[in-house]
Amino acid sequence: MKILVLISNVPDTTTKIRFKSDNTAFDDAGVQWIINPWDELALTRAVELKETGGVSLITVANVGNASTEPTLRKALAVGADDAIRIDVEARDAFEVATQLASVAKDYDLIMAGIEASDYNGSAVGGMLAELLDIASVSSVSGINIENGQLLFNREIDGGSQVLSVTTPVVAIVQKGIAKEPRIPAMRGIMMARKKELKVTAPVSAEDRTSFVRFELPPKKAACKMVAEDNAKELVRLLHEEAKVL
Amino acid sequence: MATAQYHHPDYFCVDELLTEEHKLIRNSVREWVNRRVKPIIDEACQKHEFPGHLMKELGEIGAFGSYIPEKYGGAGLDQISYGLIMQELERGDSALRSAASVQSSLVMYPIYQFGTEEQRVKYLPALAKGELVGAFGLTEPDHGSDPGSMKTRFEDKGDHFLLNGAKMWITNAAIADVCVVWAKDEHKVVRGLIVEKGMPGFSAPETLNKWSLRASITGELVFDNVKVPKENILPNVHGLKGPLMCLNSARYGIAWGVIGAACDCYDTALRYALERKQFDKPIAGFQLTQKKLAEMITEITKAQLLAWRLGTLRNEDRATPGQISMTKRNNVEIALKIARDSRQILGAMGITGDFPMMRHMMNLESVITYEGTHDIHLLITGMDITGINAFL
Ligand SMILES: Cc1cc2nc3c(=O)[nH]c(=O)nc-3n(C[C@H](O)[C@H](O)[C@H](O)COP(=O)(O)OP(=O)(O)OC[C@H]3O[C@@H](n4cnc5c(N)ncnc54)[C@H](O)[C@@H]3O)c2cc1C
Ligand SMILES: Cc1cc2nc3c(=O)[nH]c(=O)nc-3n(C[C@H](O)[C@H](O)[C@H](O)COP(=O)(O)OP(=O)(O)OC[C@H]3O[C@@H](n4cnc5c(N)ncnc54)[C@H](O)[C@@H]3O)c2cc1C
Repeated sequence: MKILVLISNVPDTTTKIRFKSDNTAFDDAGVQWIINPWDELALTRAVELKETGGVSLITVANVGNASTEPTLRKALAVGADDAIRIDVEARDAFEVATQLASVAKDYDLIMAGIEASDYNGSAVGGMLAELLDIASVSSVSGINIENGQLLFNREIDGGSQVLSVTTPVVAIVQKGIAKEPRIPAMRGIMMARKKELKVTAPVSAEDRTSFVRFELPPKKAACKMVAEDNAKELVRLLHEEAKVL
Repeated sequence: MATAQYHHPDYFCVDELLTEEHKLIRNSVREWVNRRVKPIIDEACQKHEFPGHLMKELGEIGAFGSYIPEKYGGAGLDQISYGLIMQELERGDSALRSAASVQSSLVMYPIYQFGTEEQRVKYLPALAKGELVGAFGLTEPDHGSDPGSMKTRFEDKGDHFLLNGAKMWITNAAIADVCVVWAKDEHKVVRGLIVEKGMPGFSAPETLNKWSLRASITGELVFDNVKVPKENILPNVHGLKGPLMCLNSARYGIAWGVIGAACDCYDTALRYALERKQFDKPIAGFQLTQKKLAEMITEITKAQLLAWRLGTLRNEDRATPGQISMTKRNNVEIALKIARDSRQILGAMGITGDFPMMRHMMNLESVITYEGTHDIHLLITGMDITGINAFL
């Protein structure tokens, strides 16, 4: 089985978010980039599956310019066999999915994260499946291979669901897919040097969205301490100031 | 916990001197330390316990023998990578860095550098994985700074060597499977022998009641007529040069390692000083606090640049023992001072196990003593620049 893991390059989750160009664009000055956390878990699961047998190849793919290469190198160090970077600035979900469709044809299982932690579009996985004309399963929280058969777990209200799926298929993965992201080992980092990171030219694709404006959430108000024996004051504050009661 | 939100100080953009691969190495070990060491290390120290389960994990992430070729289970990385690994481990605790220093520079390095092909194949891959634990026996009860006067010796008995003597203050002694032991032959030449756990006559009692490196095991190696197979001698080195070459590698690692401890203390103190208010303003707003913080970041920056430069010289095989001594001595000294000053910034809070300063401070008292004491390194520099030996 061949697995393609889609890797989005996102700002570190502790980044102080700022905008530029009249609040229509993200200001990436000084930002540390990481693998989108869901994609990192997806990759971890893919590597675990390869270690237990039944997987012949793990490829990672990213749509982005050269600045995303350290992220792909890390993915190779974690255990992907090769990487593809489609050399164009990622602009919106449809454009990204269109680019990815051009390299995703030969894989049995494609893993996308449930959302990218930057724009939270939750769209690329589903769009890609549609463009490839193959099935997709959303909110997958477990992937196993039993006797060559691919099984997905999904959390549903009050229980879980096991699906037996045919390939090729897109799995849109979420929490639970792997316990914690795998940390690259020194040997893996060294071996990643020799693995192929292929850069391919983009296909023509249209953007279907544009940003009108970004707004930061309102600043958190200062914390007020109320003495433990003064429940009355707490109720008053909740009622008159916070207006939640 | 306070250090979970660690922000690595880089005042002079030293990061730009690193490759993307170096940064990936550093970030990987940092993440591992955050996940696996930070949550347990205070308790391990309080209880005076070595977190032994981490040896295999250190092996898995590749913290042992990172510069040993892949063929023998290492990662074949450069010297800067080794330094960065040490830095991140010591940000966790000097005990872990000590374990990794000993395993890498004092056990794997001599076996790789001075050993036979059979010895390399037999020991290195298992040491790299952390399946075997190593120790390095040079210091003796009566011979510390002057190892050339060591008493431990062995005789050639035809089909084996007979080893007698004792080593003291040996990291990992009680848990070591493989010890590289330095002893004199009949001609009074220092040679390296590989002594394995379980050899009759060999025992390794633990040294208890330490106030420093409490999460590391220290002990003795006692040899009472131990029959060591002849194939266990390291054939390719004669004299004190052998252990001194090992120490060069380990001291280099320490020069980086202690930066990690210093940064952990500085980062904690800076954050605390911005949050803690006295006399109605953050204590970071007082000149005396700023003096401490400003001096800390200045010294950290100098230490970072020294370590980085030493690493590039080692990559080119040009670093001299004098340069290594200077860097080890300087960096340990500033780390210890930063631990003390940063602890003061935290006031009473600073003495608790909720913050890392007391732990680092106590650990660094060992670090400033082992691998050549603070004053011995000064004498090495003195001899290097004057050509006059002031040891005797
Ligand atoms: C205005 C703007 C500026 C941007 N600037 C940058 C930038 O500077 N640098 C940059 O790298 N990206 C940039 N992006 C791209 C962005 O990070 C997302 O990749 C893209 O917009 C898709 O986001 P989404 O929220 O719809 O993805 P979602 O649908 O939420 O993503 C779901 C999953 O799809 C996959 N996926 C998403 N994006 C990619 C991708 N690019 N390559 C491979 N797999 C992917 C991942 O598996 C991800 O978990 C920018 C996007 C916009 C709109
Ligand atoms: C926790 C810990 C772990 C250790 N692990 C190991 C290990 O794994 N393997 C190993 O072989 N050793 C190990 N050591 C031993 C360490 O290397 C020695 O303690 C160190 O070399 C100093 O030796 P000493 O303690 O005998 O001190 P001494 O040599 O007795 O020195 C005492 C003092 O005298 C000073 N002094 C000595 N000679 C001179 C001189 N000529 N001029 C001026 N001042 C001088 C020293 O600077 C020092 O201040 C460890 C030590 C500790 C504390």
